[in-house]
Amino acid sequence: MASPLIEMKNIEKHFGPVIALGGVSIDVYRGECHCLLGDNGAGKSTFIKTMSGVHKPTSGTILFDGVEMHFDSPRDSMEAGIATVYQDLAMIPLMSVTRNFWMGNEPIKRFGPLKVMDFKKANAVTMEEMRKMGINLRGPDQAVGTLSGGERQTVAIARAVYFGAKLLILDEPTSALGVRQTANVLANIDKVRKAGIAVVFITHNVRHAMAVGDRFTVLNRGKTLGTAARGEINAEELQDMMAGGQELAALEGSLGGTV
Amino acid sequence: MTDERVKQVSRWRRAMIRPELGAISGAVLVFVFFFTIAGDSGMFAPQGIQNWATVSAQFAIIAVGACLLMIAGEFDLSIGSMIGFAGILIAILSVQWGWPVWVAILTTFVICIAIGALNGFLVIKTGLPSFIVTLAFLYILRGLTIWLAILTTQKTVIGGVREVAKGDWLAPVFGGKILTGMFQTMGDWGWIETFTRGNRAGQPVVEGVPMLIVWALILIIFGQILLTKTQFGNWIFAAGGDAQAARYVGVPVNRVKLLMFMFTAFCAVVFATSQVMEFGSAAADRGVLKEFEAIISVVIGGALLTGGYGSVVGAALGALIFGVVQQGLFFSGAESSLFRVFLGAILILAVILNTYIRRMITGEK
Repeated sequence: MASPLIEMKNIEKHFGPVIALGGVSIDVYRGECHCLLGDNGAGKSTFIKTMSGVHKPTSGTILFDGVEMHFDSPRDSMEAGIATVYQDLAMIPLMSVTRNFWMGNEPIKRFGPLKVMDFKKANAVTMEEMRKMGINLRGPDQAVGTLSGGERQTVAIARAVYFGAKLLILDEPTSALGVRQTANVLANIDKVRKAGIAVVFITHNVRHAMAVGDRFTVLNRGKTLGTAARGEINAEELQDMMAGGQELAALEGSLGGTV
Repeated sequence: MTDERVKQVSRWRRAMIRPELGAISGAVLVFVFFFTIAGDSGMFAPQGIQNWATVSAQFAIIAVGACLLMIAGEFDLSIGSMIGFAGILIAILSVQWGWPVWVAILTTFVICIAIGALNGFLVIKTGLPSFIVTLAFLYILRGLTIWLAILTTQKTVIGGVREVAKGDWLAPVFGGKILTGMFQTMGDWGWIETFTRGNRAGQPVVEGVPMLIVWALILIIFGQILLTKTQFGNWIFAAGGDAQAARYVGVPVNRVKLLMFMFTAFCAVVFATSQVMEFGSAAADRGVLKEFEAIISVVIGGALLTGGYGSVVGAALGALIFGVVQQGLFFSGAESSLFRVFLGAILILAVILNTYIRRMITGEK
């Protein structure tokens, strides 16, 4: 296999006296879905925010395509080809699908001295990209508020892919979704991966991770508990690692395996 | 493959769900109402039209600024005080200090837009609600205005602007009238009323279109195109809809908000300058409550108080409703204090209607 698209080496992040990340290393290859698992507070969000340029790591190096990067803002990481889809911040409900899709990347048409948005192109592309992802819009001016949670995630994923993301970071895209919508989003993640894009998929649901993941890294209290490839580890082991082992094992007994 | 659960939306319903809908129906209603009760009072004769059109244009000028700012997610409660401040500043600089009027006007624009930027800067840097920051400036600017006026002239009204503005090239851009030739011709042909006696005999009663109305139209068209057709317009919606989500996709939210604060200040100064040039004087109490009238126009026009949604055309229609009702009550001989009762009532109605329309757009209902 070729060299990884992104290598995060020994990333540490301190917020004042709090060590949110105590040296986390992962790498992600093109066309791979790398699942990042961990319980709430494990440091998943902080970690991906160092990847997407929201936080500057206290120490550690980020190699993207073999080049060392220093992201000062989300804009920097976006320009490098890293797109992040946040769970609840993916879309603006009151704006139309087209306006959301092109937000920050609006197509410009010159109209004499005037520069206006090329809505004809924007609408056509939006409809086409949505259709590819299996969403049939009533019209490009439909407000995002009318879409379901899964469809919103899908619009955000389609947007990232269309604008040439090489690395797609998905922050708990399935955590608030129903069964069918989750299946749709997972299917779209699979599609994106097969198109050769590297995917970092954050979740605390082991079954969702097992469905599409190629490799799994578990974070716990700001440290990685190791990375395992598909087939090397089963769902129970992942679950145990996430929860820190014994307590959950004991709990699981009394709950009858529902966790 | 279509989703069988997505109901086909009728053309009528689609036409209905526009932010301006409430304002359009309100405007029609108001016109029908006053046509019925005051149709023969001269309200719809040229002079009457000029009267309410001018008042509406005043509201519209500040409403356009307030509208774009509100859609970008912020408020400016200092608009009214800014109007008083700008007026006094122009009068002091031109009458008291003897500067050429055009220099006084341009200097005032620069100073007030800088204050607008300061408002925006404080909101962005402190993260405080713009409600609080601009409320502070409502008091600061009003206080400064009165203090400056008393300090320089011992009065709160400064006159004599008309005299110093004579022959100035910039003053007519705010206080003049256009199409006067056309109106004179129309008067000569007997299409519109002319004076029959006195030293202006033969001249039309309505001499032309006041620049105030021209400014209002320019600002409305500019605002509408900016908001609905340009990239920057998309950023305005995004900044007000969800600033964090917008930042994550690279929208320069802070720049958008700062510019909108400056644009609101610009609109307030346009209003103030036109008023000073029309009256020939400036008074320290001008513009009181204008910030709320601007915000009400914007809300009647369908904008959401929390940002991210609204329409410039809607705000302009809100301003039109305002002007027509205020002057209509005068024409129909009603008690003018009823205007405020009407204001409150229409505000509540507009907000209820707009909440309903918005639910239809986002599919909640």
